[in-house]
Amino acid sequence: MNAAKRKDGDFLLAVEGLTVSFDGFKAVDDLSFYLDPKEIRVIIGPNGAGKTTVLDLICGKTKATTGSIKFAGKELTKLKEHQIVHCGVGRKFQTPSVFEDLTVFENLELSYPRGHSVMGALAFKRDAKVIDAVEEVAATIFLSDALNEPAASLSHGQKQWLEIGMLLIQKPDLLMLDEPVAGMSVAERKKTAELLRVITKNHTVLVVEHDMQFVGDIADRVTVMHQGKILSEGSIEHVKADPKVIEVYLGH
Amino acid sequence: MKTPSAIQWFKSREGIYYVLLALLLVVVLPLTLDPFRLSMAGKYLTYAFVAIGLVMCWGKAGILSLGQGIFFGLGGYCMAMFLKLEASTPEATSIQSTPGIPDFMDWNQLTELPWFWQPFHSFTFTLLAIIGVPVLLALIIGFTMFTRRVGGVYFSIMTQAVAAILTILIIGQQGYTGGVNGITDLRTLMGWDIRTDSAKMTLYFICVALLFACLFAARMVQERKLGRILVAMNAQETRVRFSGYDVAAFKIFVFCLAAAFAGIGGAMFTLIVGFMSPSFVGIVASIEMVIFCALGGRLSILGAVYGALLVNAAKSGLSESFPEIWPFAMGALFIGVVMAFPNGLAGLYQTYVQPLENRIFKRKPVEAESDSAMAKVQKVSAEENEGFDSSIDNYSTEKS
Repeated sequence: MNAAKRKDGDFLLAVEGLTVSFDGFKAVDDLSFYLDPKEIRVIIGPNGAGKTTVLDLICGKTKATTGSIKFAGKELTKLKEHQIVHCGVGRKFQTPSVFEDLTVFENLELSYPRGHSVMGALAFKRDAKVIDAVEEVAATIFLSDALNEPAASLSHGQKQWLEIGMLLIQKPDLLMLDEPVAGMSVAERKKTAELLRVITKNHTVLVVEHDMQFVGDIADRVTVMHQGKILSEGSIEHVKADPKVIEVYLGH
Repeated sequence: MKTPSAIQWFKSREGIYYVLLALLLVVVLPLTLDPFRLSMAGKYLTYAFVAIGLVMCWGKAGILSLGQGIFFGLGGYCMAMFLKLEASTPEATSIQSTPGIPDFMDWNQLTELPWFWQPFHSFTFTLLAIIGVPVLLALIIGFTMFTRRVGGVYFSIMTQAVAAILTILIIGQQGYTGGVNGITDLRTLMGWDIRTDSAKMTLYFICVALLFACLFAARMVQERKLGRILVAMNAQETRVRFSGYDVAAFKIFVFCLAAAFAGIGGAMFTLIVGFMSPSFVGIVASIEMVIFCALGGRLSILGAVYGALLVNAAKSGLSESFPEIWPFAMGALFIGVVMAFPNGLAGLYQTYVQPLENRIFKRKPVEAESDSAMAKVQKVSAEENEGFDSSIDNYSTEKS
């Protein structure tokens, strides 16, 4: 199925032969995988398998040693981080990274895709369009009532949502989430799953996650990584039944 | 700025702080100080330009430059070169072996004016150079450092190194720069004698006017989205990058802005004091400038002005009576600020005096803040977002 689609070239993201080595240690080793538009892909695997590194490579935080990352036909490996963002790739980090000194509104406003140059930021006006977009996203991420709170006063889970909101307002084609439910309460987890279901209607999403139940809830397809390589790929049932996966990951 | 909003702003709490500073500088000091002391106050204010730049660069964006003396000095030298050329007419220098060139060049056996001195015959060029030369150097330093992601302590050390290099260069190239003595014996600006009491008075007021221009420029940057990006960058650089901003460009911008302010301050220093020397460029001078900013409050541009005034007044007072104590007092002051009140005088004011103000004027903090927020001016149409007004503006940057 992959081979047939590959010829059509209609993947949103095509990662081929991706390798990165840190002082000889190959954190990601000759990795290839493909994402369809509107697909929800979850990457799982034991600690140190290279999951987060894959996200780092796609968003430009880490530079690939060899290999190619094609996103909507554009080669990302040569671009700078902010240029990759402008191509339509959004990245959420594992620990919530929001601007604590600013309010929720300002956090979202900063992420609104306009006025990204120095002069643009100087001339930026908070017009009705911006306010509408911020309110809309705030409603999606359950933070409508907290718009004027400083982000520092939010709970851990709310910060995670805010960061997801900061991605949403960028209107990216690809959202990459690194352990979005880590450290969340059960109630927050449920709400996050609900949030992701809303998001995934309009976006392609690549998630790194450990929580297998959560993975089962959201994933179209699952990629299992081990020691920088792909161990197995397919539906959640498929990988759960794969003896290799049970051996290195699920069995423990 | 739209007029109705401007009037509204002057009635706001932040506006009142600006009015109070203006009253102090324009009315109180000129009425209470003799011309000599007023000129001293003017000299202190030239350091306030640097301190405002440091608030933007260090306080807001987290880029600690320990080399602002470089830009202060370059601005000052540009002005000094113009004044020196004007003072070195062939008639005034007829006893030299080469009349018409600055005296120190003659002493160093130079027989013609070096090429880079030539454009400083023009006052227009000099004015452009006062801002342009510091900004150009800041651009070069900023570009090489920030695009390579050199930051934090490493950047501070680099700025120290540049300050040291520039000092050595100026001292070593005596024939071109006046060496360790600097450029002295400056007399007139376009024929206007700058050494008289009335001239010193006028220069003081020009200095105050320029200071307010810089304050308003800094304030505008703070209030715009640009200012919020600087603050955001300080704490979460990676997130800013992955929100689609080229972080290096913003750092270069704020570093150049601080350099421009410092250059203007340096030029005013030369005019007020009547000379420029490498001792205002070097490492010690640069670190002192950081102390002015830290004491006043590194998050508050108004605080920085008070910091520059107070530390320098204390310095003059102490070093007149106990010259050997001053360096220790300065060191103790810096340690004290860092340990006890990291946000300086402005921070103390916000913590202890502002609640008192709130009680006296019987204003709730929220009202006081929201009516002062200039964010309203930026909004294209206030009508479209009623009900949002008071709330989104609540985040207001530091006042006082």
